[in-house]
Amino acid sequence: MAMWLFLGSECLLFGGLISTYMLYRGRITQGPRPSQIFDIPFTSVSSFVLLMSSLTMVLAVTSTQRRDYERSKLWLTVTALLGATFVGGQVYEFTAFYNEGLGFTTNLFSSSFYTLTGFHGVHVTVGVIMLMALRGIISKNRDTGDRAEVVELIGLYWHFVDIVWIIIFTLVYLIPA
Amino acid sequence: MDATTTATDTVQQGDSHEHGLSDAMAIKIALILAAMTALEVSTYYVDFGAFFLPVLIILMIVKFFTVVSYFMHLKFEHQMFKLLFYTGLGLALFVYFVALATFKFFN
Amino acid sequence: MAIIERPTPTAAITLRAPVTPAQSMGIVRRPVTSTGWKSWVFTVDHKKIGIMYGVFAMFFFIVGGVEALLIRLQLATPDGKVLSADLYNQMFTMHATTMIFLFAMPMAAAFANYFLPLQLGARDVAFPRLNALGLWLLVAGGLILNASWFLGGAADGGWFMYSPNSGPVFSPSNGVDFWTLGVQIAGFGSLIGSINLIVTILNMRAPGMTLMKMPVFCWMILVVQFLLVFSLPVITVALVLLTFQRSFGATFFDVAQGADPLLWQHLFWIFGHPEVYVLILPAFGIITEVLPTFSRKPLFGYPFVVFSGASIGLVGFGVWSHHMFATGLGPISVAAFSIATMAIAIPTGVKIFNWTLTMWGGKIWYSTAMKFSIGLIVLFTIGGLSGVTHAVAPSDTQQTDTYYIVAHFHYVLFGGMVFGLFSGFYYWWPKVFGKMLNEKLGGWNFWLMVIGMNMTFGPMHILGLQGQPRRMYVWTEARAGEGLFNFGFWNKIASLGSLILTIGILFFLINIVYTARKGKIAPLDPWDARTLEWITTSPPKEHNFDRIPVVHHLDDFFHRKYQEDATTGELVQIATGEQLVRAEEANADAHIHLPSPSYWPIAIAVGVGTLGFGVVYGVPIMIVGVLMILGSSFGFVLEPSVAQDIDYDPPASGGQDTKELAPLG
Repeated sequence: MAMWLFLGSECLLFGGLISTYMLYRGRITQGPRPSQIFDIPFTSVSSFVLLMSSLTMVLAVTSTQRRDYERSKLWLTVTALLGATFVGGQVYEFTAFYNEGLGFTTNLFSSSFYTLTGFHGVHVTVGVIMLMALRGIISKNRDTGDRAEVVELIGLYWHFVDIVWIIIFTLVYLIPA
Repeated sequence: MDATTTATDTVQQGDSHEHGLSDAMAIKIALILAAMTALEVSTYYVDFGAFFLPVLIILMIVKFFTVVSYFMHLKFEHQMFKLLFYTGLGLALFVYFVALATFKFFN
Repeated sequence: MAIIERPTPTAAITLRAPVTPAQSMGIVRRPVTSTGWKSWVFTVDHKKIGIMYGVFAMFFFIVGGVEALLIRLQLATPDGKVLSADLYNQMFTMHATTMIFLFAMPMAAAFANYFLPLQLGARDVAFPRLNALGLWLLVAGGLILNASWFLGGAADGGWFMYSPNSGPVFSPSNGVDFWTLGVQIAGFGSLIGSINLIVTILNMRAPGMTLMKMPVFCWMILVVQFLLVFSLPVITVALVLLTFQRSFGATFFDVAQGADPLLWQHLFWIFGHPEVYVLILPAFGIITEVLPTFSRKPLFGYPFVVFSGASIGLVGFGVWSHHMFATGLGPISVAAFSIATMAIAIPTGVKIFNWTLTMWGGKIWYSTAMKFSIGLIVLFTIGGLSGVTHAVAPSDTQQTDTYYIVAHFHYVLFGGMVFGLFSGFYYWWPKVFGKMLNEKLGGWNFWLMVIGMNMTFGPMHILGLQGQPRRMYVWTEARAGEGLFNFGFWNKIASLGSLILTIGILFFLINIVYTARKGKIAPLDPWDARTLEWITTSPPKEHNFDRIPVVHHLDDFFHRKYQEDATTGELVQIATGEQLVRAEEANADAHIHLPSPSYWPIAIAVGVGTLGFGVVYGVPIMIVGVLMILGSSFGFVLEPSVAQDIDYDPPASGGQDTKELAPLG
């Protein structure tokens, strides 16, 4: 329940960041335009990676519910790896943009773009850390009754990060300013 | 965990396991989501004309609710959870739409 | 096991873990003492946390009060010399920030923390360690906010921190940086606290207590926590943008770069308006407990009070732009927000109506608590009426940024919120400390506050309508006007009033000292009260209730004392409160395990504070902060919520030193 409340609250957080971006995305006084630097095929692949990590997260949850802890460890690892791949892709993307002349302070578009996607990236990173920690805990302890519940809660967080990306991907990348 | 302090009509979490998603079902949904993503990406290559914006927005909304309802199994959860989450979502939509409207964003 | 019912992910992994905290973090055993300073700093007991919130808030009430006095001294005469322009800016900014974020919200949190579990019939909140974390984050935020005084000057952009005043050009000191970080950190604390309290209310009510049998105070706290959960993320966004602008060179609110400074105003008020109800609704909740008790009548129209409170909360999200009528929103927006704002007067009116009718025909006992509640009704109504005048957009355009606004919100916040809180002090003091506050000193306290408050803020209506602007550090004789509307005369009255107000509050502080030394020991049920917090000893035991009460009615405690006589239909007393408490003690539960103290909440808060300073003073400190947060979060997660046996000190003096609270059995 606390997790759902937290996610409800996060809706307003990302809502604010997305609105800021939407308001400022056309305000480009200098520097490259988004259409010049966005690499849609690349970002599509990383979106796909994040989407699939949601699937592996579901599999981790169901296998934990079946008390199949070996499987759940496996799926948690895969999910974390996919998440890390996504973050890695984002770091690569940011670097590429920066080299093409789009710094954080270049214009309003860039500031709000980096703030929005950076915030999302931090959320994914926190998720990856939680997944790794969870995996460690599962392999150490044997008898925690509510283990399925914990995996489920972290799963909720993970899916939420995914749905935020679904929105960002469409609004930021696919719909041109 | 001791639940004796709970009131009779409180919300118990985690009683949704029976309705949970089977693995096969989850994979199917993931495939559908992947297909929708592919369709979205295709708008980058193929000109959809006037349908461009509506298609993208509708796909985004469908994907969003598919993940929320099935992967996050909110569809099978207690009313209270839906209330908590959708209140947040609804408020976010409301306040930010109004705020953007005052900037004449939609004109 | 613990009374934590549904843990968050962070707290959840801990159940019956074979790894003891001593092993999992490698350094420390968890704290177990129940006396001395450690028992406070590492506590997870909602009552101790509540008291600490209260002490913290009271301290900042005095700080904010001194700031207000300096402002009034400066404005007492034309061309005041007490403060420089710059210092004056800092003073009003920090006065507002302190009063709102460091007094009003923490004091409401103090009441909520202390009394919510007691009124619900629970032994603690849902997530006790998160509760402690919320408190310590608030303390960290408060310290960062006020550290700016000593580190180059405090924030000076007004509590609403409008751009461009908040930008690096017009506010070059680090004050605004400390301000954004302090508010941000305190905000995280409240967010955690509010999630915790919502789960507590929804999950931990005593058996039989349906939502509609829940005391109104709990209802109002529930509404407030929802407002916080959904409004704090918005201010978080705004503060993040501002921090990025000031610290990392972004231009979110810089008009020269094509930005829209109105964005800040929207984000701020989307948070800021619900915040107003966050401040007032706890006070409404308190007086809704006090009025029926001292009128010796049940609350008139319980469901109406509850639903009007909830609808105030909901509509409160749709009216933020009425703070921005003067910015040229366009006629449609202004009309819509104007109507929505007027609509809020309806549920508020419903409440005032219900309170009045609760008193109607009751045998009113004019205790100090009751006086403050009645004071609230009267003063808040005045403030509410002036509020309706600025819901009307044309008249608001005239009033914006004048002292009229200052008058309005001090009537609702001081006359409303502060009076409600004082009512709560007098009502619940015997519960918390086991001693009665002196009623005679209380009378002085009340009347001096009423007189002082009306003298201070009443004239501001006139000053405002005559055109004295807010936030100006001087007024000049040349523009002071003549006769009845002379600025000089009314400013003197206001400044004099603020002194009387100060003396009134001093009487409260004297009363605290007097009560601590010579106060009368409180009977168990001094006010013939109605709700469950009175069915245990005063102060309550660490586990709150010897036996978890089973609830059958709204105002269950009252119904246990009084029943209707079958033949005459009159209420007859069947038991005294004292008897009921003794009966509970005689039937105490065996096994009561409480969550154990923990180092980690305060450790995380220290880490967050360090991170905050790092944002101002450089990346190395930030890294230290992040590492501290990460390390202590792992400690937090890996620690079982109830201590393992190995962590207890060996019972030295007959088991008195251990944390085992319940009769062992």
